[in-house]
Amino acid sequence: MYLNANNISYAYKKNKPILKNLSISIPDNKVIGLMGDSGSGKSTLCKVISGYIKNYTGTVTLDNNLIETKDFYPIQLIFQHPEKTMNPKWKMHKVLSESWNPPQELMDTFGLKDNWLGRWPNELSGGELQRFSILRALNPKTKFIIADEISTMLDAVTQVQIWDALLDYCKQNKIGILAVSHDKELLEVIADDILLFNEINKL
Amino acid sequence: MENDLLTVQNVSISFTQYVQGLQQHILKVISDLSLSVKEGEVVAILGSSGSGKSLLAHAILGILPENGQCDGTISFKGEVLTQEKKEELRGEHICLIPQSVNFLDPLMKVREQAIGDVKDEEKEKALKHQKEIFEKYGLAEEVGDMYPFELSGGMARKVLLSTALLSDPELVVADEPTPGLDQASVNETINDIKRLAQEGKGVLLITHEIDVALKTADRIAIFYSGYVIEINKAENFNDVNKLLHPYTKSLIEALPRNGFKLTSGVQPLEEVDGCPYFENCPIRSDICQNNKPDLIDHNGIMIRCHNFDKEVN
Ligand SMILES: Nc1ncnc2c1ncn2[C@@H]1O[C@H](COP(=O)(O)OP(=O)(O)OP(=O)(O)O)[C@@H](O)[C@H]1O
Ligand SMILES: Nc1ncnc2c1ncn2[C@@H]1O[C@H](COP(=O)(O)OP(=O)(O)OP(=O)(O)O)[C@@H](O)[C@H]1O
Ligand SMILES: [Mg+2]
Ligand SMILES: [Mg+2]
Repeated sequence: MYLNANNISYAYKKNKPILKNLSISIPDNKVIGLMGDSGSGKSTLCKVISGYIKNYTGTVTLDNNLIETKDFYPIQLIFQHPEKTMNPKWKMHKVLSESWNPPQELMDTFGLKDNWLGRWPNELSGGELQRFSILRALNPKTKFIIADEISTMLDAVTQVQIWDALLDYCKQNKIGILAVSHDKELLEVIADDILLFNEINKL
Repeated sequence: MENDLLTVQNVSISFTQYVQGLQQHILKVISDLSLSVKEGEVVAILGSSGSGKSLLAHAILGILPENGQCDGTISFKGEVLTQEKKEELRGEHICLIPQSVNFLDPLMKVREQAIGDVKDEEKEKALKHQKEIFEKYGLAEEVGDMYPFELSGGMARKVLLSTALLSDPELVVADEPTPGLDQASVNETINDIKRLAQEGKGVLLITHEIDVALKTADRIAIFYSGYVIEINKAENFNDVNKLLHPYTKSLIEALPRNGFKLTSGVQPLEEVDGCPYFENCPIRSDICQNNKPDLIDHNGIMIRCHNFDKEVN
């Protein structure tokens, strides 16, 4: 399966285009790395592809089919700051089960401890929360993962643990990944190809 | 110590949580923590996510949440800091570059936030300085008129950094100043940190980016699960064999360029009797399970481990 974004253009404010005629293609068996200057529009592109921004021009397709928005969105975005995407009034078991109920085996693979489930989001560290947000995104209906700086806030040991588990799961389940990062050395290890944002954005 | 700017001695931080109804639960997140920063020195803190780095920063600035309790002593230039004293020094003598971009005021344009509270007669100078700093970090002039929600991740971080550089403190506590910044801005940050130290200021630099620590710091402290487990010279981090604690080694070996080596296991969530690294440690022995190692001085390197290799260094 291929995820294609074709000729995407978008502006938050009139006269100030951020994305222009941008196209990108991601196969389900690869990890595509994306690097670029701060403020250039990488996160904006991630939000377009994963359905958070809707009023863009161009198309986002899976094997040339437009995506049904009323069903579960098969392209899942994972952010840099997990705390911003969790309801602070929900305990972690609810945060997770809102998406799905992962099997125990997968919980273990991602190093999720049972007693974390009874905690509130603000009682866990960034690294602990990021494990939840990744597992939450790995719903069986997910076909692609958009990973926007998901390990920048983590220590090097946790970074390896998280990428190791994520890459392994995605390979087995034929899930493609777009990985945005400023860390060239990281992308060289995890990605099959690395794209430069300024080269694909036709501003 | 004589020229210590900041001294942290045997600091512990715990939270009171209410489990069910009135049942209290004390959660200890930092234990027996000691470190110091001298004038003109950069001390970096590296460590596991959730090990208490930000909470230490907040304790120094006196901004822990209400249910947080801080024991031990924190001194600035030899004077023990009370809550009142911390409030007096904050922003002027001691400055925080916060980790969370939530510290930006959502309703205030970023130019105003960057220059902070200044007297009318100093405003012009501050604005000029702000313009220079924004330019240096590649923030366009119109960014000054934006509100925080209009900023990208990296732009927000640059604004937080500018705020601290615009005031003229004696001690800067920088909590993750560089994540998500492009290389040019990371290099600017590195130069600014070095410049602060050259001017005789002290910098406590909390970071996950080992390169930034290596390029700026004199000493690097490693945190794990609320403990300082090692404080070593920055240069020793270029050679894994000169590092003493097994966690420190695994942190360096996990870097992409050093092989991206996987070490399993997470830090304990609750206080344990023995060494906090016991569960994941490759060199543990019986004594480690129930006896907590002290932080000891081994030829000038501080180490908290029963079984480290005494032949090293
Ligand atoms: N909600 C918004 N309203 C107006 N402008 C915005 C908004 N969000 C982002 N922008 C602008 O869009 C541009 C691109 O932002 P984006 O977050 O996509 O950048 P980025 O490439 O992800 O940067 P970084 O590497 O710093 O995260 C920036 O100039 C930013 O100021
Ligand atoms: N208000 C609170 N109540 C209870 N526990 C808390 C509270 N704030 C933080 N903690 C816990 O204290 C520990 C240390 O948190 P801290 O934010 O200092 O970690 P950190 O070392 O800065 O991590 P990171 O590298 O992810 O930023 C974490 O396990 C966290 O879950
Ligand atoms: Mg971004
Ligand atoms: Mg922190």
